[in-house]
Amino acid sequence: MTVKTTSLDSKGVGELKKFVENLGLDDSAEAREGALIEVLHKAQGIFGFLPSEVQELVASELQLSLGHVYGVISFYAYFTTEPKGEFEINFCTGTACFVRGVGKVIERFEELVGIELGEVTDDGRISLGHLRCVGACSLAPVVMVNDKTYGNVTPEMVPEILADCQ
Amino acid sequence: MVKIEEIPLDRLTSQDDLLRLAESLQTADVDKTAIQILVGMSTCGRASGAEETYAIIKYELEKRGIDKTTVELVQTGCVGLCHAEPIVEVQYPGRRRITFDKVGTARGRRIVEEVVKNIDGKEVYSQGMGMGIYTDQTRVALRHCGVIDPKLLRSYIAVGGYQQLAKCLFERTPEEIIQVITDSGLRGRGGGGFSTGLKWGFARKAEGAPKYMVCNADEGDPGAFMDRSILEGDPHSVIETMTIAGYAIGSSIGYIYARAEYPLAVEHLRKAITQARKVGLLGKNILDSDFSFDIHIRYGAGAFVCGEETALIHSIEGRRGEPTNKPPFPAESGLWGRPTNVNNVETLASIIPILENGADWFKSIGTEGNSGTKVFALAGDVKNVGLVEVPMGATIRDVLYGLGGGSSSGKSIKAIQTGGPSGGCIPASEFDTEISYENFVKLGSMMGSGGMIVMDEDTNMVELAKFYLEFTVEESCGKCTPCRLGTKRLLDILNKLLAGKGTAEDITTLEETGETIKASSLCGLGQTAPNPILSTLRWFREEYEALIQDAGAAVCYEIDAEACVGCRACAKACPVDCIDGKVKEAHVIRQGECIQCGACEKTCKFDAVIKRTV
Repeated sequence: MTVKTTSLDSKGVGELKKFVENLGLDDSAEAREGALIEVLHKAQGIFGFLPSEVQELVASELQLSLGHVYGVISFYAYFTTEPKGEFEINFCTGTACFVRGVGKVIERFEELVGIELGEVTDDGRISLGHLRCVGACSLAPVVMVNDKTYGNVTPEMVPEILADCQ
Repeated sequence: MVKIEEIPLDRLTSQDDLLRLAESLQTADVDKTAIQILVGMSTCGRASGAEETYAIIKYELEKRGIDKTTVELVQTGCVGLCHAEPIVEVQYPGRRRITFDKVGTARGRRIVEEVVKNIDGKEVYSQGMGMGIYTDQTRVALRHCGVIDPKLLRSYIAVGGYQQLAKCLFERTPEEIIQVITDSGLRGRGGGGFSTGLKWGFARKAEGAPKYMVCNADEGDPGAFMDRSILEGDPHSVIETMTIAGYAIGSSIGYIYARAEYPLAVEHLRKAITQARKVGLLGKNILDSDFSFDIHIRYGAGAFVCGEETALIHSIEGRRGEPTNKPPFPAESGLWGRPTNVNNVETLASIIPILENGADWFKSIGTEGNSGTKVFALAGDVKNVGLVEVPMGATIRDVLYGLGGGSSSGKSIKAIQTGGPSGGCIPASEFDTEISYENFVKLGSMMGSGGMIVMDEDTNMVELAKFYLEFTVEESCGKCTPCRLGTKRLLDILNKLLAGKGTAEDITTLEETGETIKASSLCGLGQTAPNPILSTLRWFREEYEALIQDAGAAVCYEIDAEACVGCRACAKACPVDCIDGKVKEAHVIRQGECIQCGACEKTCKFDAVIKRTV
């Protein structure tokens, strides 16, 4: 097994430490454990994903065991230990999107990008993934590219959306 | 004349303070001479381009040097007419609003032109859209959505906001409040359907301190978005009600557990909490009373099971969101083992009107045992996608064809799906059913949080069941075996059926396994996971059976001796060498060895191989 080592950006480390400090947690286990998910959200926002170095950092900042931190990360779908693409293309998995044909849209993306759902391109530019229902059912099927929402997407629109990912 | 934004928002130190503020805001509102242009800026509005529309209207107004004393541009929440976004409304002082649908930049420019031409309002541009869908609703929980500016505390106080909180703190005892809510018959709108008043009563009586008041804003059912709309469009009502609930059960700490997928809702909530704290409507000694209450926001991270209250509690504690056995119920032992009350967003949003108008008023809407209104999120193959709030007891048909406008594809509607992955399908033959918690369960579905997905005749029900099963397999937390292994087995069988390899026995296995999972799972997720299969089996069994017939499990091939010329082609094609016969003589298939692959039929050029169902 190869161990992935990522040297953490010191600015990011500083930002995360500052964030934890500003939470003003008291020493109780309740406060430290209770803040974990919020801190992980922040950490993923800073570093893009949660490799073991980040997990260790979070564990030591909150004085929690690494096992506890990893257990929480692996439970929640939102947290990822693998890097995502620069353009994160996510498909809404809501029922309205299913009924209105998101499946065909996904197929077209897979075909044109040349990777499957859940993968990242070799150059790290694009990743394809799932997203829980975003509640914009009037626009089904919905595709999100980073924070931008595309509604009423058809397979024909896929090249256009990919052209925006430059 | 005083302008609304000039009325100071200082710390409020008494009930009278709040009353005076509301009065001056209301007077300023009535005296207002400016025309308002309101742009709906909720998630679906933004995704349809409301930000561009807002920018162009702002630009056009500025270009003409029109300031906000003449025309005021306002951002508002979601009115629930998602199919018509971006929505722009024009409000002339003292008149009814005119609503425009699908306002792109070109239409936005025209609206500004028309408004500017008619500043005096004499020739009001009146070609708005028909508003039947909106006015035919009974809006209780959604009363402020799209009406007030969710980012302004002044806007909420001007419509009577926080008055009930003041009344409760200074004029009512906790017991009285709980009694009113119990008498009103309000039941949990997140799907549970348990009496909200009783729940508050249990939490009040429970021993232990501190107690916690939790708002479940983890709206996980795919296709349901009423909670998002309320949080985005009326965040202060949730905060006010949580504070009242805190007072009623004896808690001074509140948590809102919000989904990671709703960034705008969280932003509005944060803003609202800060605003309320600043004027003393939240925090220490609210309105200078003895009561203190504060609210913290906690985030979900994409786990459906966290909508279940015990799982949600563990998630707030910063652990894996796995459910635990009930009892003990959260009212006795919840967050960190202390008394905790959990209510869903829509439930909370229904409470202030009850306190304002009384329990009897609420009971007068709806039916016996199912009082009040319910919000449904219409989506799928329906014309008017959006939120509709109707009295309990309305029929499904009223909602679908009245407010929903019927099918969007022109094809007939085959069924609706309610209750998300925990619910089931209701076929068109049952559309005259009156909406109630019990009736939906009788039909094999459930109310759930109110998602209503409409499907036309093109929808394959087995595929639909598979869609939900894939969801539950993915979302099963893995703690208890029936759910973890059982849902996976159900999915395997569905895949087998859909691949054309199923047998009649598989359908029986689906039913038996489904019933076992329902009876033996730990939490609500597992106990309801088989519903999509069981309900489609109940109403659309023929679609499952058709898959078996197609599977060819019950066919055999025979050779017609008269048509056969004895060319040997089929014998050569047969992969198991079960065809006997000499050249130029009629051939025969040895049935015992035949695997029904059909290769002989495909090869024969003389149509001598006959396929027969047995």
